[in-house]
Amino acid sequence: MSWFTLAFFAVLILGGVIAGMLQRRGPLLLMFVLLCVSGLAAMMMGPGVLKSISIGAGILAAAAGISYMVRESLALLLPEGGARLIKTAPLTAVFGMLVIAVYILTAVFAPAIAPYGEAEVVGASFQPADETMLLGGDQLGRDLFSRLIFGARNTVGIALVTTAIAFVIGTLTGLIAASMGGWVDQILGRIVDTLLAIPQLIFALLLLTITGPSVRNLTLVIALLYAPLIFRLARAVAGGIVVMDYIEAARLRGERTWYVIMKEVLPNVTAPLAAEFGLRFCFVFLAISALSFLGLGIQPPTADWGSMVRENATLISFGAITPLIPAAAIALLTVAVNFVVDWMLHISSGLKE
Amino acid sequence: MAKDKDLLLDIRDLRIEGFADDRWFEIVHGIDLQLHRGEVMGLIGESGAGKSTIGLAAMGFTRDGCRFAGGEVEFDGMDLTSASEAEKRALRGSRIAYVAQSAAASFNPAHKLIDQHAEAPVLHGLMSRRESEADAIELYRRLRLPNPDEIGFRYPHQVSGGQLQRAMTAMAMSCRPDLIIFDEPTTALDVTTQIEVLAAIRDIVDQFNTAALYITHDLAVVAQMADRIKVLLRGDEVEEAPTREMLSDPKQDYTKSLWAVRSFKREQKPRPPEGTTPLLSVRNVSAAYGDTRVLDGVSFDIHRGRTVAVVGESGSGKSTTARCITGLLPPLEGEILWDGTPLPPRYQDRSKEQLRQVQMIYQMADTALNPKKTIGQIIGRPLRFYQGLRGAALKKQVDGLLDQIEMSPSKFYHRLPSELSGGQKQRVGIARALAAGPELIICDEVTSALDQLVAEGILRLLDTLQKELDLAFMFITHDLATVRAIADEVVVMKEGEVVESGPKDQMFRPPHHPYTDLLLSSVPEMDPDWLSNLLEERGRDNIGEAAGSAGA
Repeated sequence: MSWFTLAFFAVLILGGVIAGMLQRRGPLLLMFVLLCVSGLAAMMMGPGVLKSISIGAGILAAAAGISYMVRESLALLLPEGGARLIKTAPLTAVFGMLVIAVYILTAVFAPAIAPYGEAEVVGASFQPADETMLLGGDQLGRDLFSRLIFGARNTVGIALVTTAIAFVIGTLTGLIAASMGGWVDQILGRIVDTLLAIPQLIFALLLLTITGPSVRNLTLVIALLYAPLIFRLARAVAGGIVVMDYIEAARLRGERTWYVIMKEVLPNVTAPLAAEFGLRFCFVFLAISALSFLGLGIQPPTADWGSMVRENATLISFGAITPLIPAAAIALLTVAVNFVVDWMLHISSGLKE
Repeated sequence: MAKDKDLLLDIRDLRIEGFADDRWFEIVHGIDLQLHRGEVMGLIGESGAGKSTIGLAAMGFTRDGCRFAGGEVEFDGMDLTSASEAEKRALRGSRIAYVAQSAAASFNPAHKLIDQHAEAPVLHGLMSRRESEADAIELYRRLRLPNPDEIGFRYPHQVSGGQLQRAMTAMAMSCRPDLIIFDEPTTALDVTTQIEVLAAIRDIVDQFNTAALYITHDLAVVAQMADRIKVLLRGDEVEEAPTREMLSDPKQDYTKSLWAVRSFKREQKPRPPEGTTPLLSVRNVSAAYGDTRVLDGVSFDIHRGRTVAVVGESGSGKSTTARCITGLLPPLEGEILWDGTPLPPRYQDRSKEQLRQVQMIYQMADTALNPKKTIGQIIGRPLRFYQGLRGAALKKQVDGLLDQIEMSPSKFYHRLPSELSGGQKQRVGIARALAAGPELIICDEVTSALDQLVAEGILRLLDTLQKELDLAFMFITHDLATVRAIADEVVVMKEGEVVESGPKDQMFRPPHHPYTDLLLSSVPEMDPDWLSNLLEERGRDNIGEAAGSAGA
């Protein structure tokens, strides 16, 4: 038994004992579960697993630590109102904001950060990682790290614009349908039903084949496909709002429908719509990569994470994790966005008494 | 101190803290409470007094964001503040049951009543499914629900509110608990339905010798139900005494003020001379929702500066009449005259000026104010909309209105509705109506969601405003105490028709129409023998709804 294994278990047991002495239920359980799991894992797969476990725990601890540090320093630096808000933010939300900030910076300064160009061939295909190519090369010998950075620009930028357009269209029509009711609601509702009845991917393929695959067309087509889903949500939520007495009061005052929609209904539907935004944003990623896979999405040699996964997929069978890195980039952003959205929902759901 | 073996619930120095604005603060400050087997204790107080919090604490439960900070809750020798979740779970439902205010919200709409009834006894292993169904039917019979053999197989939306509340009581009895906590079980019901539920609850508690905590803000109700009454104020006990003693001889000033609430009454104004054109005249109005006719030939007048109270049970068409007047529901027949000239039936066709003259105040201030707008914005909007006021002139007017409703402008202008109490929200609703500069205000059950002291404040405010601004009120209510307090004329409605109408002094003097009589006699009185006497008089099986149909 190596010193590392001994130290590993000693730390866990010691942590458990301290947690027990301080009567902290959560940490005690955590230590206990960790002890059992790593004990079993070490017996079945050898002590090497313990290293991975401690690395994982270290990464999590580091993320929590950085988030804590950022939160506390922001709380000190920001003016009164913002400081109070940020102090109540959970660590997950701060972590999410941090990740999003890093992504945005990467996207904006991509050419400055990336060591090579987006389409520049710098080595052999599938060249292993070394000092010059941090993540190795792709199937054409382009630097994967550089493409990952440029991919942030394309993937995140396009997904953001697309989701935003879908939300503007969907929310507006949804609120109009809910507020006006009658035949307006019927017509909008039937149009949406028709759009939803056509299989999404097939419809996207059809439209892109007609219009031709360009970034603008791709954005508009995906926005059009997602808008009906937003419409349905916005209409359902607003449906619960328009029956409220304050809407009736506004109508009886003689207010125009536009005022009722923008000033009375919209502020009350933002919370569920924000939650939906976090989710939809991630689905749009997937839609773009699916279309890229079929050759109608973002066109090569432009880098985007979806197609990067596919292009390097063959490497998986050789045991390399390279293709998983762009996928991980998507996953991390998804998690980060949802952390932040969760926090926003928590605030708007009336914790403010 | 010798242990009292009949002592079922012993709460000693209970302290509960709530979490808000990043810190814990105490909301219940050291309450002592002893409850013996078979005893009914009434807990009364305004909202925020900690009644429900104490009621839940008696089950060892605190709401989210609250915690026990001290003291003990000993139920039959077991301390619930330190008991494990599993131990408490075993008690709840089987030995301690809870009946909530809104049965409609507490039943799961997707399951039949009897399925929900049988859940607890089967779960706690006290009865088999079949036994508990038989038991449910027996309980339904004892609670005098109609068709006891069949009613359990309905879904919650298929029975009336009063029946649902009784079914809920039956469900609470399903495991024959030692203690039931009733949290405002009749507050949401009509007076005539309330009687049924009260009678049922009292019977069943007597029959099974169950102890109960009866939480309410209605003094007259608690007088009928409780053996002892404890008065609470902001988490502190004011006083406790046996019911009769408490009613006849309250010691504390606060209790006396609670007792005196119903004393507010203003002079009835004389009828205007014959031939005066009424401000608003409802002529022979009939209306329907789809194919269901809800109003049939309704006619009455409202004169300038007078208050007309429209009374009746829910479903009698009171609010629908208001919807016809405001133009939300165009009538099928008949017309609404404003100062002698007909108003367009649809509100969309009315001019801004016509809309301004009639304003509404709603029952639920929570849904009547947009939660995302500040008080200043809410009150300012009608001023801006009708008079085109902006900037400093607007701010000045809003401040004036806030002063008028007795709320300090500097303190409330920038607040959101969620930061106000129920009474304050209702005041803001009044200010919004006033901001339009109306001549008639329709008040739809404006005080029924409020505590009695707060409600009285609102009534006084409305009365002052009427004097100052010569407003006419149409006061929709089911509470006859309110009618007594402020009405000049009374219109009694039943099933979409006006049953009786006239000046208040005539209406409260016999002989009445049988329905008016039923309504009047159903209003609980402070006399603790009132319910027993009434039941005697009407006969056991002829209360509430049954009496209503017999009277018609």
